[in-house]
Amino acid sequence: MSDPHDWAPSTPSAPDQHPSREHVLAGLKATDEGGADLVQLLTPEGERVADPRFDQFATDLDSAALQGLYRDMVLVRRFDREGNALQRQGQLGIWVPLLGQEAAQIGAGRALQPQDMAFPSYREHGVAWTRGIDPTELLGIFRGTDHGAWDPKDARFHLYTIVIGNQCLNATGYAMGQRFESKVGEGPEAEATICFFGDGATSQGDVHEGFVWAAVYDAPVVFYFQNNQWAISEPTERQTRVPLYKRAAGYGFPGIRVDGNDVLACLAVTRWALEECRTGNGPVLVEAFTYRMDAHTTSDDPTRYRLADELELWKLKDPIERVRVNLVREHGIGQEFFSGVQAESDALAARFREYCVNMPPPAPDRMFSQVYAEGSTTVDAQRQEYLAYHESFESHGSPAVGGGR
Amino acid sequence: MAVLTMAKALNDGLRAAMERDPKVLVMGEDVGKLGGVFRVTDGLQKDFGEQRVLDTPLAESGIIGTAVGLAIRGFRPVCEIQFDGFVFPGYDQIVSQLAKLHFRSQGKVRMPVVVRIPFGGGIGAVEHHSESPEALFAHVAGLKVVACSNPVDAYWMIQQAISCDDPIIFFEPKRRYWEKAEVDLDATPLPLFASRVARAGSTLTLAGYGPVLRTCLEAATAGEADGHDLEVIDLRTLSPLDLGPVVDSVRRTGRLVVVAEAPSESSVAAEVAARVQELCFHSLEAPVIRVSGFDTPYPPSKCEEDYLPDLDRVLDAVDRSLAW
Repeated sequence: MSDPHDWAPSTPSAPDQHPSREHVLAGLKATDEGGADLVQLLTPEGERVADPRFDQFATDLDSAALQGLYRDMVLVRRFDREGNALQRQGQLGIWVPLLGQEAAQIGAGRALQPQDMAFPSYREHGVAWTRGIDPTELLGIFRGTDHGAWDPKDARFHLYTIVIGNQCLNATGYAMGQRFESKVGEGPEAEATICFFGDGATSQGDVHEGFVWAAVYDAPVVFYFQNNQWAISEPTERQTRVPLYKRAAGYGFPGIRVDGNDVLACLAVTRWALEECRTGNGPVLVEAFTYRMDAHTTSDDPTRYRLADELELWKLKDPIERVRVNLVREHGIGQEFFSGVQAESDALAARFREYCVNMPPPAPDRMFSQVYAEGSTTVDAQRQEYLAYHESFESHGSPAVGGGR
Repeated sequence: MAVLTMAKALNDGLRAAMERDPKVLVMGEDVGKLGGVFRVTDGLQKDFGEQRVLDTPLAESGIIGTAVGLAIRGFRPVCEIQFDGFVFPGYDQIVSQLAKLHFRSQGKVRMPVVVRIPFGGGIGAVEHHSESPEALFAHVAGLKVVACSNPVDAYWMIQQAISCDDPIIFFEPKRRYWEKAEVDLDATPLPLFASRVARAGSTLTLAGYGPVLRTCLEAATAGEADGHDLEVIDLRTLSPLDLGPVVDSVRRTGRLVVVAEAPSESSVAAEVAARVQELCFHSLEAPVIRVSGFDTPYPPSKCEEDYLPDLDRVLDAVDRSLAW
């Protein structure tokens, strides 16, 4: 299945070598209704459709499992919306919304085994959720009290990476380590790595280098990018002339495009991709074809560069609604379940808000902590000097030193 | 006369340079349709077209590397790096190609490239959005490094930088983008590579650049209440340094406090301090004192009030110098 020759594009005929602009855009955009190269198990209308290749990775996804995925997505969307609101109310400096990308993130995250490692960009709140990171642990980054509160090694979820594409090389290196430590192969101990990035990042040198290194070292890494169509204001055609998943062929590993708003397809395809990696057939490139339904961040104003019509079209392909419809129609799930999830999500949002507004400011010497593993005389001296300076104010009646960890 | 924010002054300066010379290009991430995340390039693509204002793919090495090629071809690219902390993928191209091509080609190839970098903190941002990496560029031979501090300088310095035939790293203090000033569009500007006395005084010399210049001026105002008459110098050019006005000032005041947001070790402020003690040794009444960021990674934004040199820390250094 993973022979790269199977994935190479057919030899182009002469006219194909110089596609028109319309041809390029068609290749980038035309699959949103389920083109031939788009893996889809659940249509936007909520109908479960068969897929001869990937059904085998979804056989255990019964009604209970589907309810679990629905709950994940609703809860994640709810605290994401609360993050936006907290920023608007001045409680957060910024929020990075994931609205519309819940299926792409929950599907991929729920495909991971506990021993697998994930490297996020900065929008992967849904993946964080699946790794057991409490949503409140994300808040420090956006409130400005820390750069990430969780232990990346314990959680098997790296810190958010903000510099675009950097993490693709870091993930590749981690995966090389998995291979060097003989964690690739058959059996329950086998490991894989997944790396999250976006369509914009695919232009970065680090992503190219990650692909090269992963290929030549057979690294067990799934390069999973959410093509949400927009890199701040730049549409995908600013980054590429070919559908991005096809780039994998040039590096010698499989690339596949999945409906990123279809949580079942994302889960099945990621399971397959991770399995390929765990058993020594990595790396794999997965393009989750989705849409950024909100702004790039709360600092961004998308009305300056994209049309509202586009958003309206994508609303019809909402990742959560199609699961709800399927649960009702094909599994006979009643209102009680949906009301329960709604109530749970409201409680989560309330807890999220409560935690946020009560976060203590960091102590004034927080910035001198943990700069080095073995300390630094320079930093130590600056810390002492600054604390003495700070105390000179306290003795004059200024506010006392704040709390913090 | 026009009242302009610094962002608008830069925008007007870019526009004037583009109107004057059809070889001037603007390139970077989101600089076209969006007008840049700080709106510094707002409206330029609409008026000059997509061949002169390029929304580039997301790759800083690509932005700088292709600008080098365009410059070889005779263009004058103005590159925007979206935030200070994102410049490093482009650092290789800046150090290895942009800085050295003139020397390597024995002057046959010129590099009239401007790399605009919004720098510094104070806007409550997440990681990599608040850094002051100017020393990393000032240390590289072949580059010239400048920093504007106000709308008047922003308007003129960007045009002068674009017309310079050497590569220039142009630092813009992002937390001052929205501060306004009257700009005389018919004035004769100060040369680009010159520092400037921003406020005359006699008690002590404060030297700074970029975002802290205003802090220095506020310190001078606050110092009046204590009977101090502080002179403030805007360094403006960080490489080459123009220390003439600083030396003249210190020979009169005998005291110097250098202010910058960047960490202090091996910094531009350190270079100023070293040179001034060489040139003004017999005039100094106190050691040169630096007020700067600390030698730590830029902290989470809730710590930045502690990290950034503010009015109190500048005045504390003034007091320490005067008490010497």
